[in-house]
Amino acid sequence: MTPTLFLIQLLNGVQFGVLLFLIAAGLTLVFGVMGFINLAHGVQYMIGAYLTFMFYQLTGNFFSALLLGLITALILGLALEALVFRHLYDRDHLDQVLATFGIILFVNEAVKVIWGPATLTLPTPEILSASLQLTDNLKYPVYRLALIAVGAAVALGLYLVVVKTRVGMLIRAGASNAEMVSALGVNIRRLFTIVFGFGAMLAGFAGAMAAPIFTIEPGMGDDLLIVAFVVIVIGGIGSIRGAFIAALLIGLIDTLGRSLATDAMKLIFDASAANQIGPSLASMLIYIFMAAVLFFRPQGLFPARGAA
Amino acid sequence: MKAASVSNPETVQQSKRIDRALLVGLALILLLAIMPLLTEFAGGNYVLNLVMKAMILAIAAISLDLLIGYGGLVSFGHAAFLGLGSYVTGIALAEGTMGALPILGMVVLVCGLFALVTGALSLRTSGVYFIMITLAFGQMVYFFLTSLSNYGGDDGLTLWDTPQLFGFYVFQNGSGLFYSILVVLALTWLFVGRLAQSRFGRVLRAGKASPVRVETMGFDIFQYRLIAYVIAGVLAGVAGFLSACHAEFISPSTATWQNSGNLIIMVILGGMGTRNGALLGALFVVLIEEGLSLITHEWKLIFGPMLVLIVLFARGGLAGVIDRLGGRS
Repeated sequence: MTPTLFLIQLLNGVQFGVLLFLIAAGLTLVFGVMGFINLAHGVQYMIGAYLTFMFYQLTGNFFSALLLGLITALILGLALEALVFRHLYDRDHLDQVLATFGIILFVNEAVKVIWGPATLTLPTPEILSASLQLTDNLKYPVYRLALIAVGAAVALGLYLVVVKTRVGMLIRAGASNAEMVSALGVNIRRLFTIVFGFGAMLAGFAGAMAAPIFTIEPGMGDDLLIVAFVVIVIGGIGSIRGAFIAALLIGLIDTLGRSLATDAMKLIFDASAANQIGPSLASMLIYIFMAAVLFFRPQGLFPARGAA
Repeated sequence: MKAASVSNPETVQQSKRIDRALLVGLALILLLAIMPLLTEFAGGNYVLNLVMKAMILAIAAISLDLLIGYGGLVSFGHAAFLGLGSYVTGIALAEGTMGALPILGMVVLVCGLFALVTGALSLRTSGVYFIMITLAFGQMVYFFLTSLSNYGGDDGLTLWDTPQLFGFYVFQNGSGLFYSILVVLALTWLFVGRLAQSRFGRVLRAGKASPVRVETMGFDIFQYRLIAYVIAGVLAGVAGFLSACHAEFISPSTATWQNSGNLIIMVILGGMGTRNGALLGALFVVLIEEGLSLITHEWKLIFGPMLVLIVLFARGGLAGVIDRLGGRS
């Protein structure tokens, strides 16, 4: 592997990590603060992508489509919260799993009915469609760089909100002991709704940003949801900082693993065996990494209690 | 003395409830036993195959309920054992081992060993972290199975033969296979039910309520949980053996996380930690999916909200509903 190719994979890894962070941030807050397992979080990601696609067809402009898509994703998220999730906060985790699984089934199928089962694509916005000459023989799409920049900015913004503001303080307090915060006179239900709506919007944002890079299809959020869970568990549930670091780690491990595993296996095995083992080992890497982290630190890298 | 007189009516009521659950379970198994006759009149082989599929999943779901319902251990990688069981069966057949007993022996050995190792690692964690680490091991099995390119890789492998028991093809699709599955299901149902009521089960259930208290009383809860994990893994492996015989096909897709999720859904939907919950859940999910897909192609639009409504309005799952119906009459 040439250094140029390695650099490209490195950038791809960071970009995947940033995307994962946008999904994982909402998930870890909803889980950490409300103790709510929301399997339907991946659905919010998918909805973000589809809404942006729909508004792009209406307006013809990516950025207004993005804005309209975000607002609609937020409204849909709040509607789901009011209709279903609100009644499940006090319930057993497994009840939440069952109900949110039902919502996944419904929304995936509804999307299929509305937009059809075929994959859709969204063109890259024109301003960002160029490629940047990074070194002599390395070009990288501007859109992907912009995605990394936006993701990093959102991460920083979130971090500041959680660490420096009053709402952030309540969120952190809620993550370590929600009952106590409620007993101190804070309207915890309203805090829950805010956190939930915000998380749903972030996931929708991730979906919208990912739409020009990946294809848009029903169920596109399901596999990412599992990876997002891996991220928040490695990072420590409820911790924004942990989610960010874990998301970057997972993004890099997964992307680099896929391009390096087969070559690495060729050092040990003969070529045909390596071609067999390499790809499946690459897919296993993030799970091996998670199992190892949990083995040595059963609460994740940055347990939420007292952390940001 | 006072404590005894207070708890007495409760235990009487509880034993009544268990008796009723036992009757419901026996009725279900009897109903399943006459399915080959009933399907002669309506449905035919199509329905019979569906029932077989549901029974195999029920075996896996009951074994999972031993962990979730009684042990409080939500394993998100249980389908891995189904996958391992079916692959051991398929590979043994492909390599020329035809006897059902040696194959089952290998299934028990492989699944038991895998459960022992991964269980020992996973049980260091608890709660959500346990869910995720079992998912991790499940995914490792799934990707391992996809890499077996000698045995079909991603595409899976068609089996041209079924295992023999003393020279008889009892596991060939038909009434032989049907009753084999039924017997295994009935035995699993009895065994897990008895196990849950035994001293072992009491410690396991107490550990669900409060591990610290159980430890304080001098039990090593880790050991009990590990044994339960191994038993559940082996039972699911046997279900995998039956599934390979029934489908005459093995595929890595048996071991996906979606399948593990499905098993959890069956257990919760049926009612966790109840005598018949997992059995009811598995039958209900398979049959309702098929029934709804006859009505409309977009059956998930009905099934999804149905799950939400069941969670919101029917606490304790299907077994809880049946229990309440019985209590009223």
